[in-house]
Amino acid sequence: MEFFEAISAKFNYWIYVIIMMIGLYAMIAKNNMVKKLIGMSIFQTAIILFYVSIGVKDGATIPILYHDQVHAGHHHDDHGDDAHHGSTDHHDTSHGGDHETDEFGYPTRHAPDVHIDGDGFANPLVHVLMLTAIVVGVSTLGVGLAITQKLHREFGTIEENEIHDLIKSGK
Amino acid sequence: MKSLALISVVITGWLLLSAVGDFPYWGDPNSPANSYRLSQHFVTETFHETAVPNMVTAVLADYRGYDTMFETVVIFTAGIAIISILRVFRSDDQVASGQTVYEKRPDLIVDTTCRLMIPIIQLFALYVIAHGHHSPGGGFQGGVIFGASFILIALSRDLQAAHKWVPENRVLNLAGIGILIYAGFGLVAMFLGQNFLDYAILHKVMPATPIEARYHSMLGVEIGVAFTVTAIMYSIYSNLVSKGTMKEGL
Repeated sequence: MEFFEAISAKFNYWIYVIIMMIGLYAMIAKNNMVKKLIGMSIFQTAIILFYVSIGVKDGATIPILYHDQVHAGHHHDDHGDDAHHGSTDHHDTSHGGDHETDEFGYPTRHAPDVHIDGDGFANPLVHVLMLTAIVVGVSTLGVGLAITQKLHREFGTIEENEIHDLIKSGK
Repeated sequence: MKSLALISVVITGWLLLSAVGDFPYWGDPNSPANSYRLSQHFVTETFHETAVPNMVTAVLADYRGYDTMFETVVIFTAGIAIISILRVFRSDDQVASGQTVYEKRPDLIVDTTCRLMIPIIQLFALYVIAHGHHSPGGGFQGGVIFGASFILIALSRDLQAAHKWVPENRVLNLAGIGILIYAGFGLVAMFLGQNFLDYAILHKVMPATPIEARYHSMLGVEIGVAFTVTAIMYSIYSNLVSKGTMKEGL
């Protein structure tokens, strides 16, 4: 019973490992080059799922600010102190009033009155990493398919063992 | 062979599963990845520092600009690799491209549907690229959608029809221009006396405050990424389906 509780508490990692191992098995055991590439894609999918699940927070939303928060920033720029009195929270004191400017007169912080809850949004870093990983995965898959097609043009087959035999018999 | 593969896979899987106990629980806000101050900084400070509501776009194009630039170079390199692996230049290439090798009327329903859909797909792709600051989207996603519209032309009619819009040399030019746009933003920042890809200094050459300069520069580099991704996605497709001859697709 303890064993099943240990699984159910972290079932997501078990699923990623199983998906990843399916991909790894396909890459090792399959003779067909295209099936190997499918295995590679399954493997990548498991990694992507794993990363994205790390960024999940309970009760958090996607890492994009609410329209109200973005709008509040603009609203404040238009009306100056009116909006400021509406939100005299503790966070305002932390950076010593709004409209801080650098030596050239430019604001150092955009919309300093907007308070963003650090736990209210999912971790954006893992999303960025996986966003690029997906596109690079497509590119590597394309290169793999191109090499497979070239092999088919040279040997007339995409079965690994047949290609091995042809190379041996050719020499 | 298969049993050997199965044994090694089972052993690897067992090793990975034995580490599961150390991983954080699902949705734990205090897990190392979520509570580390870099991630917290990206969540709480991105809007104040760059005025971009979509944190993913801001981290992608600004904080991790180097990474994204070289990811784009990776895609470009993949496209070049596929062309150099597959592309064949036959001696009858000139003759074949001058005249249509085969006259095939496209299917009426498929042709009409794609005619209606392709402009909408392309418009949506432009929206995804341009609106990546405020909603899920950006150069990679929009570029893939835009490339898909060209692939749809090639699928619904034939490869030559798509080549009217995206001939091979134009595809490669677009891919290169995309990276040059991206690197150009970095170089301009460098010539103005800041670090490579530090967009805030670009307020000197655009009518904006430093924060707004970061905001607008991100759109610029996303457009560069979109150019490259569009071109390479179509290049991968057209080379694979025509077996490198660029004459006849599926």
